[in-house]
Amino acid sequence: MANVAWPAEGDRQVIGERIPRVDGPAKVTGAAKYSYDINRPDMLWGKLVTSPKAHAELIAVDTSAAAAVAGVQAVWVDEDLLGEELRYVGQVVACVAADTEEAAIEGAEKVALQLKVLEHQVVDTDVSLSSGRPSNREDGNLEEGFAGADVVVQGEYGIPVITHCCLEPHGQVTEIKDDELYVWPSTQNVSRYSNQFGDEIDIPQNKIHVDTQYMGGGFGSKFNIDKWGIIGTKISQDTGRPVKIMLDRREELMIGGNRPSGFANIKVGLKQDGTISAVDAEVWGSGGQGAFRAPPIPYVFTKVPNTRLVGKGIQTNRGGVRAWRAPNHPQGCLLTMSAVDDAAAALGMDALEFFMHNAAQTDRPEVYREELQIAANIIGYRQKAHARGDSGPGPIKRGLGIAMHTWGGRGHPSECDVTINSDGSVEVKIGSQDLGTGNRTIIGQVVAETVGLPFEAITVHLGRNSYPASGASGGSTTVGGVSVSSRRAATDALNDLLGTVASRLGTTADKLEASGGRIHEVGKPGGGVSWREACSMLGPNSITKRGINNPGESQQEGLISAGVGGVQIADVSVDTETGVVTMNEMVAVQDCGLIVNMRLAESQVYGALIMGITYALYEEAIYDAKTGLMLNADMEFYRLAGIKDVGNLKVHMMSGQGYDERGIIGLGEPPVISPGAAISNAVANACGVRVPSLPLTPDRVIAALQKGGDIA
Amino acid sequence: MSTNHKSADESGVSRRGFLKGLGVGTVTTGVLSDASLHEAQAAQPGVKGPGSVPIVLNINGQSKQLDVEPRVTLLDALRNRLDVTGPKKVCDRGTCGACTVLVDGDPMYACSLLAVEAQGREVTTVEGLGSTEKMNAVQEAFVDRDAQQCGFCTPGFVTACSAFVRDNPNASVEEVKAGLGGNLCRCGTYAGMVLAAADASKKKGQA
Repeated sequence: MANVAWPAEGDRQVIGERIPRVDGPAKVTGAAKYSYDINRPDMLWGKLVTSPKAHAELIAVDTSAAAAVAGVQAVWVDEDLLGEELRYVGQVVACVAADTEEAAIEGAEKVALQLKVLEHQVVDTDVSLSSGRPSNREDGNLEEGFAGADVVVQGEYGIPVITHCCLEPHGQVTEIKDDELYVWPSTQNVSRYSNQFGDEIDIPQNKIHVDTQYMGGGFGSKFNIDKWGIIGTKISQDTGRPVKIMLDRREELMIGGNRPSGFANIKVGLKQDGTISAVDAEVWGSGGQGAFRAPPIPYVFTKVPNTRLVGKGIQTNRGGVRAWRAPNHPQGCLLTMSAVDDAAAALGMDALEFFMHNAAQTDRPEVYREELQIAANIIGYRQKAHARGDSGPGPIKRGLGIAMHTWGGRGHPSECDVTINSDGSVEVKIGSQDLGTGNRTIIGQVVAETVGLPFEAITVHLGRNSYPASGASGGSTTVGGVSVSSRRAATDALNDLLGTVASRLGTTADKLEASGGRIHEVGKPGGGVSWREACSMLGPNSITKRGINNPGESQQEGLISAGVGGVQIADVSVDTETGVVTMNEMVAVQDCGLIVNMRLAESQVYGALIMGITYALYEEAIYDAKTGLMLNADMEFYRLAGIKDVGNLKVHMMSGQGYDERGIIGLGEPPVISPGAAISNAVANACGVRVPSLPLTPDRVIAALQKGGDIA
Repeated sequence: MSTNHKSADESGVSRRGFLKGLGVGTVTTGVLSDASLHEAQAAQPGVKGPGSVPIVLNINGQSKQLDVEPRVTLLDALRNRLDVTGPKKVCDRGTCGACTVLVDGDPMYACSLLAVEAQGREVTTVEGLGSTEKMNAVQEAFVDRDAQQCGFCTPGFVTACSAFVRDNPNASVEEVKAGLGGNLCRCGTYAGMVLAAADASKKKGQA
C-alpha cells in the first residue's frame, strides 16, 4: 500500500529531479496557444474607449461616428457612468467591436466623450496630501528604546508605484454557443473565474467554460474577470459572434496593474554592539483609489522591542491597483533594510556582521545566519567588503549590499482527479493554471513518483474550470496545493489498483507497492507484474480518484508548510560622474522546504532576481501632476531590464536535511522581495550616500551625491 | 560580429519612415473624402488603399494570398489573418522584440513592417524554425536550459537567437548579450537564455 507522506531523500525517483518543463517544446516552437492567440471563426475585435482625463464628470457619449466606421458591428457604452465621475486616466467607458482590429481601433478613436473636467490629484510622494485617519501600531516603549540607543539615525526612503507590465496583456476571447459561454481569458484564476460574472451576465455557472492553457504573465494582476470580461461577453451575446478584447500596451501599463508605493521617514536606534533597539516609522503612499495598507516596518526584524508604525494613505486619481508579487513585502523590505543599513553604517559596523548579529531579532535566526554565510561565501563578501563610501579613487565606485526577506507560501485548497486506465495510461485533471512557473511539470512529477512510473508516462490536463477546482495562483500557494491534491489522488488510485492486482495474485494490497514501472511485493523491485499488465486487469473500468488538499490538515501531516527566509547580496558599480548603476553580480540564497524540481525552482529565483533588479534600477509609473497623465505608458520609457543589464546571477537553494522535512512551500514571491533593498544598500556602500528612493536612476544618484556633498 | 536586428539602413525598411507613413495615412483617412482619396490615388500610382488590397506573402515557405488594408502590419497580418500566432504582440512599436520574424533571413520586428512591404520576401516565423517533434538547435537549447517561464517573449527570442547563432558560431557570453539586446523578457529568463544561446552557438561552431 502506498501512503501520502513524501518519500525520504534516498527513495525519491522523480521528485527533486531536474526535469525540463513539459511544455517547453510547445513554447519554443510557437505551438503554445495563449489566450491572445485564440482566433475563432467570424470573430470580432473589441477595442476599449477609456477616460483621457484623471478626473472628470461624464456628461455624454456620442458613438455615431464610431458606428459609421466600415466594419464596426457593435458599440457598447457603460451607461451607468453617465453623469458620474471618472476617477482616473484609462477608466473604461465604452468598447467598439469590429470585423478587424484596425476598424475597431478606428471606431474607438471616433467615440466622442463629453466631459466636465474636475480637479485631479495624482501625486503620492507628499505626506501632506494624505487623508483619513492614519493607522498606528505601537509596541514596547519607543522613548526608552531610543534613550537606550548609542546611535540614532533618521532618513527618508521610497519605492514608487510600478506596473506589472505582463507581456501578454489582460483580456479574453468570448464566444456564445447554444446559450453556453466559452471564454479564453488570460487569468491566474481558472477555477474561480466564472463565478465572478455575478448578476451581470445571465448564464448559469455550469454553462460557462473557462480555458486557459497558456498565459503570458500575471504576477498578481490577473485574478479578476475585470470589466472587459463582462463587456466581451455582452457583445458576444448581442452580436452572436466571438469577441477578442485584449488591452493595448498603453492600457495595460495604466490599468492592468499598479503596485502601491511606499515612502517613509524612519528613525532607527542601535546599541553599540549593533542591536536594533527601536524603530519609529511614518509611512505613506498610494495605489490610487481606495485604502492604503502600511507595509510592515520593521520588516523581518519582528522582535525589535520598541517600534511604532504610522501609516497614511494618499488618494490619487490613478487606476489599476492590484496585487504584485509578495504584496507590501518589497516595500517593507526596501524601507526597513535601507534604514537599518544606514544606521549600521553610521555606527561603523560591517553590514554582514550587522545582519548576522540582528538575525537574533527575526523569526528564524538560524536559517538567516546559515543563508548569510552561504551568500557571503558565494559572492566573496569578505574579500570585497569595505566601509561605506570607502571605495578607493576614480569615478567608478563598487559596493556590496545585503537584504533579507520572508514569506508564507502555504499551499492553497486544491482538488485533483487522477485516472489510471486499463491501457496503462495515467491522466491528471486539475483546475489549476501554469503561469510559467512549471506547474504542469510539477504535478506530473508528483504523480509519476507516486505510481512508480517515469515522468513521461503521465499526462497532465489543467487550465479548465471543468476540472476539479484548485486555487488561484497567487501568494506562492500553488505548488503546495497542487502537489498535495495530486499526491493524494494518485495514492488512492494506486491503492485501488494494488487491490485489484492483489486479488489476482492471491495476496493482499498491503503487501504490494509500485516502483520502476512494476507492481511488486514490498521491498522486491523488479518482481511482480509490469504496470501495463497490472492495469489490464482493470478490464474496461478505469480508476479515478479525487485528491483534496485541506491546507491545515496537510500541514499537520507534514506534507506542506509555510514560512521561509531568504538572503540576497548585490555587487554593483556606480559611475559617480554619470550616475549610472551597473549590476556586477547578485546572489540569492533561498529556502522553500522540499523542492519538487530544482531546475524550475532555480528558474523562479533567477526570474525574481531579474524582476527585482528591474524595479530597483528602472521601473516607475510616472504621472504628471499638472495633466494627471501617465507619461511613460509604453515600453520605451517604462523600462524593463534587458539581457545585458542584470549582471552575473547566482542562485543557491537550501535543501536536504533540515529543509526537506518541512514539506513543500511556495517560491514565487520570496526571492523578488529583497533585490530593491540589497541593490540600494550596495549603491550606498559604493558611493557613500543613500539614494533615498527607487528606482536608482542616474538623476537620482547624481542628486544624492550632490546633496551628500560628493559633487560640487 | 553582426547584431541580430539590422538597422534601418541595412534592412532597407526604416522604422521612422513607417511611423511617418502611418501618420500620413491617418490624417488622410480623417480629412479626405473617399472620392478625393481615389482621385489622389489615381494621380499617384504608387499609393495603395485605404481599402483592402490583394497581396501574396511567403510565410514559412508557403505562399499565402490575402486581402489587407495597407495600414495592416506584418504582425497583424500573420496573427489576425493567417492564424500564425507564434510572433506575439506586446509593445507594438519596435521596442520589445516579441514579434521578431526573419525577413529574407534577417531578424525584424513584424510590428514595424507593413504587410504590403513584406511581399516578395521570405518571411520565417518561429513556427518555421522547428516543430515540437523536430526542434532546431536553439529551440532545443532553450528547453534544455529552461530559458523560458510564461513563454510569451520566447518565440521572439528564439527567432532572434536562431539568426544570431547562424551568423555567430562560438560566440562569447558578451557577444550573446549584445546579440539578444533587441528583445525583452518580463519573467526574467535571461540567465537561461545566455546559456542556451552559448550552447547553440558552440554547437554551430562544431558543425
